[in-house]
Amino acid sequence: MWLVAVVIVPLVAALGAGFIGRIPRSARPGVLFLPAFLAWIGLLVCGISAFQGNLPTAFSLAWFPQLEVNLDFNLTGLGWLLGLLITGIGSLILLYAGGYMGGAKQEARLYAYLYLFMFAMLGLAFSDNLILTFVFWELTSVVSYLLISFKHEYAEARRNALQGLLITGLGGMALMAGFILLASATGTWRISELALLGDQVVQHPHYIGILTLVLLGAFTKSAQFPFHVWLPNAMSAPTPVSAYLHSATMVKAGVFLLALFTPILGQTPAWTWTLSLVGGITFLHGCILGLLHQDLKKILAGTTIAVLGMLVFLLGLGTDKAFHAAILLLLAHAFYKASLFMMAGNVDQATGTRDLRRLQGLRRLMPWTALTAGLAAFSKMGLPPFWGFIGKEYAYKAGLDTAVPIWGTGTLLLGSLLLFAIAVKVAIIPFWTKPAATSAESKVSEVKLTMRWPPLTLAMLGLLTGLAPSFLQFPVDKAVATITNAPFEASIYLWQGFNLPLLLSGLTVLGGLAFFGLTRSPLLNRLAFKPLADSIYDICLKGVLDTAKHTTKTLQSGYLRNYLLIILASTFVLVFYKLYRFGGWPSLDWSGAGQPLILGVLLLMVIAIWSATTAHSRLVALISLGSLGYGVALIFAFFGAPDLAITQILVETLTVVLFAWVIAKLPDYHPLSSQRSRWIDAGISLTAGAMLTVLVLKAQIIELGPRISELMVDWSLPQAFGANVVNVILVDFRALDTFGEVIVIAIAALGVWALLTRPYQPKPKPASNPNPSKKES
Amino acid sequence: MPAAPLLQIATRYLAPILAVLSLLVLYRGHNLPGGGFIGGLLLAAAILLVAIAEGWDVVNKKLPVDPLTLLTLGLGIALLSGLPSLFFGQPYLTGQWLPGLELPIIGKVKLGTPIVFDLGVYFAVTGFTLKCANAFAEES
Repeated sequence: MWLVAVVIVPLVAALGAGFIGRIPRSARPGVLFLPAFLAWIGLLVCGISAFQGNLPTAFSLAWFPQLEVNLDFNLTGLGWLLGLLITGIGSLILLYAGGYMGGAKQEARLYAYLYLFMFAMLGLAFSDNLILTFVFWELTSVVSYLLISFKHEYAEARRNALQGLLITGLGGMALMAGFILLASATGTWRISELALLGDQVVQHPHYIGILTLVLLGAFTKSAQFPFHVWLPNAMSAPTPVSAYLHSATMVKAGVFLLALFTPILGQTPAWTWTLSLVGGITFLHGCILGLLHQDLKKILAGTTIAVLGMLVFLLGLGTDKAFHAAILLLLAHAFYKASLFMMAGNVDQATGTRDLRRLQGLRRLMPWTALTAGLAAFSKMGLPPFWGFIGKEYAYKAGLDTAVPIWGTGTLLLGSLLLFAIAVKVAIIPFWTKPAATSAESKVSEVKLTMRWPPLTLAMLGLLTGLAPSFLQFPVDKAVATITNAPFEASIYLWQGFNLPLLLSGLTVLGGLAFFGLTRSPLLNRLAFKPLADSIYDICLKGVLDTAKHTTKTLQSGYLRNYLLIILASTFVLVFYKLYRFGGWPSLDWSGAGQPLILGVLLLMVIAIWSATTAHSRLVALISLGSLGYGVALIFAFFGAPDLAITQILVETLTVVLFAWVIAKLPDYHPLSSQRSRWIDAGISLTAGAMLTVLVLKAQIIELGPRISELMVDWSLPQAFGANVVNVILVDFRALDTFGEVIVIAIAALGVWALLTRPYQPKPKPASNPNPSKKES
Repeated sequence: MPAAPLLQIATRYLAPILAVLSLLVLYRGHNLPGGGFIGGLLLAAAILLVAIAEGWDVVNKKLPVDPLTLLTLGLGIALLSGLPSLFFGQPYLTGQWLPGLELPIIGKVKLGTPIVFDLGVYFAVTGFTLKCANAFAEES
């Protein structure tokens, strides 16, 4: 119950955010901070209590119990850690956002979205039902769309928001399919039950399908290569959003899902290879993106991609040490990256630019931001005694401990080198270089308090936790235990003595500095470049849109005859295919046809057909068709279906009457169609006739199930007090169907009325009709 | 519309007969060929006959309800006829019957919600046909 309360708090806050305008501007950041902070405290206290066994860890509420889709929540160590990050960082981000937006247009909308996002992420962290997980998963995508397009007056923001939504949305669909497949393979929707199944899923014949679909979902969300393209573009969102969604939390959802599903799907060659390959490529590719960009936020987005890749890579390694390192790194990244993003926002707001080449010597002008940037960058570089150092050391340890240490460690070392170089580029150079000679930036002043403290707090956390790592051991152990699906305990040390990881750290520093030197070369300082993957996305999107346009143009010609032709032709193909494939061919029963009365009726019908097709007047054709219908009615009557016969006669009669009214309004009859199109029409008519004939004949010999008509005949009188079984079926046995048909009739009548009644014509404008005497026109 | 005396005189006798016949067909439908659909078409035919012979003005003036209202009325009757079964804890639209009655002239009568339902169908079909014909005739 407490778990749901924590999840609900941000939702309530999101609904209340609309009233932020009534609060004095200076108090807004504090008011925004409070709900998230309360949720954080609640989660921390209740979580510890629950892990000690004093509070329940699970909560369930019926939603669709018939489908086993319920509001199942469960506290896992991993979810707890993620939840603490979401609410903890979230409270700081909201404090920051209150300052950053400070009275801007539509600020309440941003706060509401941020809280809605917090709600979705918390739900995702604690959901124990696959469907519920999917719902929250999609909600994060939708809120991300709303936040990226927050400045919706810019076409680029709209485009980037759509890109993010399309990519993560497609992944979400794959995830849904994967979940359904998973549930059908195991018979349960609950994640906690799935985790207990051992390798039942792994040995299931659908395993590869489930794995592919789930990985697609996780990879798109966590911006893994080649789906990473949306993340740098998501930077068109306001900076608090980038700091929160696109660095610290939402993009971690994919990693979270992979970690959560490690006990269910993991530890197979397919899993290990895919994760370490995709993660490794993403890691290095993200670093390269970070080196190539010149926009502060895009560089940071590049490194976010890199770290996400690193996490996936570590999860792929599959050892306990790698899981441990992944959680440590996830924490380190959450601390420094959110802080760096807010730093970028401060620089942006103070100077009006995020272009690195224009930012110099800000140290004196923005001392607090410079301090923040320095602290966060040291953690990111992995220097002691920051938490980032611990994360990197443990990652190296995990890399050395694999089957092929050279690959694992090599990838980690190369990536860390690049991250080091980028950290220098982003957080040191803008502040610690000589001030530019131009006076434009000398007017720059430090940002306000509410924007100074949140990033500094996070950056300080990176330092303090590094100095006293044992504080975080409890949540880290709990989170790793969720991934390994077994109790886990490992002390975290800052100083582990002189060993190989330390040597590698030294190499990282030297190599990083060397790489940084390379990036200073003018070759890499191009203004803006468009990543190849972005162009590929554009080509794909254009292809889809063009195909849609082309199909629409071809199919929607606007001519009724073309629509009819398409509908009939597709019906013919499908029905004949099925008729050909299904059941045998019926043997015709000619026994009734020899009777003189039937022969006479048939002869009349043939004459009526001939008369209708060759008529030179509409009325003649119409009456001929009517006589044809009478012929059919006679046959019905002859073979003992009086209800049908009466109905047929009445319908034919009324149809002729109705048509007669229409004919009076039509222009004179002229054969306008060419000989060729007449032959085509004849072919279509004959095909339609043949199809119906075969259909009716086959309907007699195909029996899909036991016949219900005899039962209805038996029940009619004793149960429904009616001797006419046709009518009893219509008004009693199948009354609901009849009611549906009556509704269809009503809709058809409204349709006819709407089509034939003169459309509403707006009153002519006074200017165009100055003379009121011309009213009769 | 030019006057067609023969048709007008025939209509004067035929239309009422058709209308009464339609009610008869509606009622007997439960045991013999007939029912709400056929009855509704018959009633519509009777009214259309008047429309052809006398013109739509006469029909519109003499007909107490507008076709669309008739259609709505039919829908409403059919909808409500299913409700009584709910009071007996049975699924919607389950037929409910009164005990059989012995009436003079007509004979044994058995009334139940399926007949009411059929009455709804009867009105709906009439309303539909009249509305379509009316729309065709008035469109110009």
